[in-house]
Amino acid sequence: MFGLKFLGKTHIPHNKNTADLTPVKMTPPKEVLLPMAQHIGAPATPVVKVGDEVKVGQLIAEPSGYVSSPIYSSVSGKVTKIDNYLRPDGKSVPAIRIESDGEMSVLEGITPPEVTDFDSFIGAIRSSGLVGLGGAGFPTSVKLDAVKNGGIHTIVINGAECEPYITSDTRTMLDQSEAVYDGIALLEKYVPTAEKFIFGIEKNKPACIEEMARIFQDNPKVSIMPLPSLYPQGAEKVIIYNTTGLTVPEGKLPADVGVLVINVTSLAVLANYVKTGMPLVEKCVTVDGSAVKEPKNVVAPIGTSIREIIEFAGGLKEEAGKVIFGGPMMGIPACSLDEPISKTTNAITVFNVKEATEREASACIHCGRCVSACPMGLNPTAFSKALGYGTEEKMEKLEEASINLCMECGCCSYVCPASRPLVQNNRLGKTALREYKAHKASLK
Amino acid sequence: MEKLIVSTSPHIHAKSTTQSIMRDVLIALSPAAVASIVLFGLKALLNIVLCVGVCVLSEFIFNLIVKKKQTIVDLSACVTGLILGLSLPATTGVWPCIVGSVFAIIVVKCLFGGIGCNFANPAATARVLLLSSFGMSVAGGTLTSFQNPELVSGATPLVSINAGILEGLPSIGDMLLGNRAGAVGETCIIAILLGGAYLIVRKVINWETPVVLLGTVFLLSLIIKGDATVALYELLGGGVVFAAFFMATDYSTTPINRLGKVVFAFGCGVLTVIFRFFSSLPEGISYALLIMNILSPYIEKLCTFKPLGKAGKTE
Repeated sequence: MFGLKFLGKTHIPHNKNTADLTPVKMTPPKEVLLPMAQHIGAPATPVVKVGDEVKVGQLIAEPSGYVSSPIYSSVSGKVTKIDNYLRPDGKSVPAIRIESDGEMSVLEGITPPEVTDFDSFIGAIRSSGLVGLGGAGFPTSVKLDAVKNGGIHTIVINGAECEPYITSDTRTMLDQSEAVYDGIALLEKYVPTAEKFIFGIEKNKPACIEEMARIFQDNPKVSIMPLPSLYPQGAEKVIIYNTTGLTVPEGKLPADVGVLVINVTSLAVLANYVKTGMPLVEKCVTVDGSAVKEPKNVVAPIGTSIREIIEFAGGLKEEAGKVIFGGPMMGIPACSLDEPISKTTNAITVFNVKEATEREASACIHCGRCVSACPMGLNPTAFSKALGYGTEEKMEKLEEASINLCMECGCCSYVCPASRPLVQNNRLGKTALREYKAHKASLK
Repeated sequence: MEKLIVSTSPHIHAKSTTQSIMRDVLIALSPAAVASIVLFGLKALLNIVLCVGVCVLSEFIFNLIVKKKQTIVDLSACVTGLILGLSLPATTGVWPCIVGSVFAIIVVKCLFGGIGCNFANPAATARVLLLSSFGMSVAGGTLTSFQNPELVSGATPLVSINAGILEGLPSIGDMLLGNRAGAVGETCIIAILLGGAYLIVRKVINWETPVVLLGTVFLLSLIIKGDATVALYELLGGGVVFAAFFMATDYSTTPINRLGKVVFAFGCGVLTVIFRFFSSLPEGISYALLIMNILSPYIEKLCTFKPLGKAGKTE
């Protein structure tokens, strides 16, 4: 009813303590663990065996399907083990363990890829191992390949970085602005239909806005859009709405409204690969949180354990209560400090025990804070209520309340005074609905 | 090896809790409570203490009997008791206070599932029960100790206006300070506004509900009576200002969405005026609240905005 859009706002402390800290390159780790699934899609297939000597930038696993991504060794050393690794999300995937020789010697013969036309451009992205670095991990080659279907008129470069603590995208914009510039040039060349390039950057990063405005001052196609410093500005549908005014319909992709969104660090990695031929083997990771002694930005080889990164960054000042891959709003907690960072890790947030301890949930008081907070205009209490019904009615109510529009940004749980597990309920609801639909489809 | 806590995101939470919200409401009610004691003396204090005490005790005992986790620490029973105590005149006897409090907590709140589950405002329902059971000792007003040192019943300005008597009404200044007959907490408009402003600043309530409700009452009175002074007395002379800030903003008995809250407040205003002018009741806000409470889920449903990207008939 009414057809008006009333989008929620949530003020969350930014805690961008590391915004001014230039990333420090980490000393070679003792070993790295590289799971075969660091992206959405089919896990990669190992092409090395135990005992093999590998170099930095050497292919160790090739993509096994269209929606997949290759994995490269991030250190030089010896493959010591290929076994299963239990990911933080509970899925088990093969992982290659490489003992570092401390040399970090680079594979000989790494040359820039030949990029002459659209196909070779997509091929280059595919072989760079690049996946969506904003967090989703969708293979970038697949996303850009869809451009050939035409109709992309606007490319949104996501530099919102709305998650608290994380500043790795901030550093990309400040330290690698040339790579960002080259990235735009590549997109201009190979996505000729794109008329507009819009940088969405939160206003709490004035230095980034200034820098991007400076390097693109002569390019009329590029505009910089300062976004309000309100979580979650960086969420795909939200940033599209706020930069272009377009709404991505439920169940559709940004490409369906002619928009492509790419994370600013992904863009820089892409440009660097085309320039040097060095695939994605290291990541800038923000190390911060209440238990961290000195917040830092660390450039670490992918696959390095949290423990080694934290030690390099200066260690902890308090006992770790919770360790999160990413920021505190959408990050995934690690079960142990020995878990490795992956392609999509942009931060390690370590909370002390006090901050990590969850408040006990109490009854919903119907205050409506979650409804006011939801950036998609959903009613989180409706999902939680729906879960109490029997199957048929539950599914009907979940769909009616558009549960699939929930992107799990966490605003509702954040503001809930009764500490109710609203996001968790939404996840349960989404999974239940998906399984129910699959079951229905299988009966037909 | 370290023991790490693993839970689903988000991993941080805003500071406000149910208890802190209820504490804010208690703080917001305190100016009205202090004013009531100043204006009506110790009997007002006795009423308030009695209502708060019985409300908390009722919830405590109920939870004990049904073996539910103790919930009195969330302070919501205190809030109910304080609102009820403030919305009764000083002449209310001990028994009505006790009966009203037990009814509000046990019947209206606990039996429907406790905090957040009741469909009707406990204090408003209890007040209506007392009005119908104990008659004028509860319904009327009491003259303040400044008007008469003895506790005597007196017609509230609303009753006089509705009877067409415009002489002898307290001045507007007295109305704002609370020096007029009425329920103990509802007379001092300044104290109520102070508390209400606090709640709005603390974002416990939204500003739309009181503004729309009071605006509706004033404008409708103005239209029907055609006299701004009368409309002003209608606005300030009864319990509607108190109710607009502290009863019509109750979370569980009003729509969850903002537009719904506006519609709810408008409905309360319209019904209040209808009851005042076209029924035998001198005061209509309690009944208006109850009726709107019942309609609240439907208002909520009709006032739901279309989510971003939802396929629908409107676009």
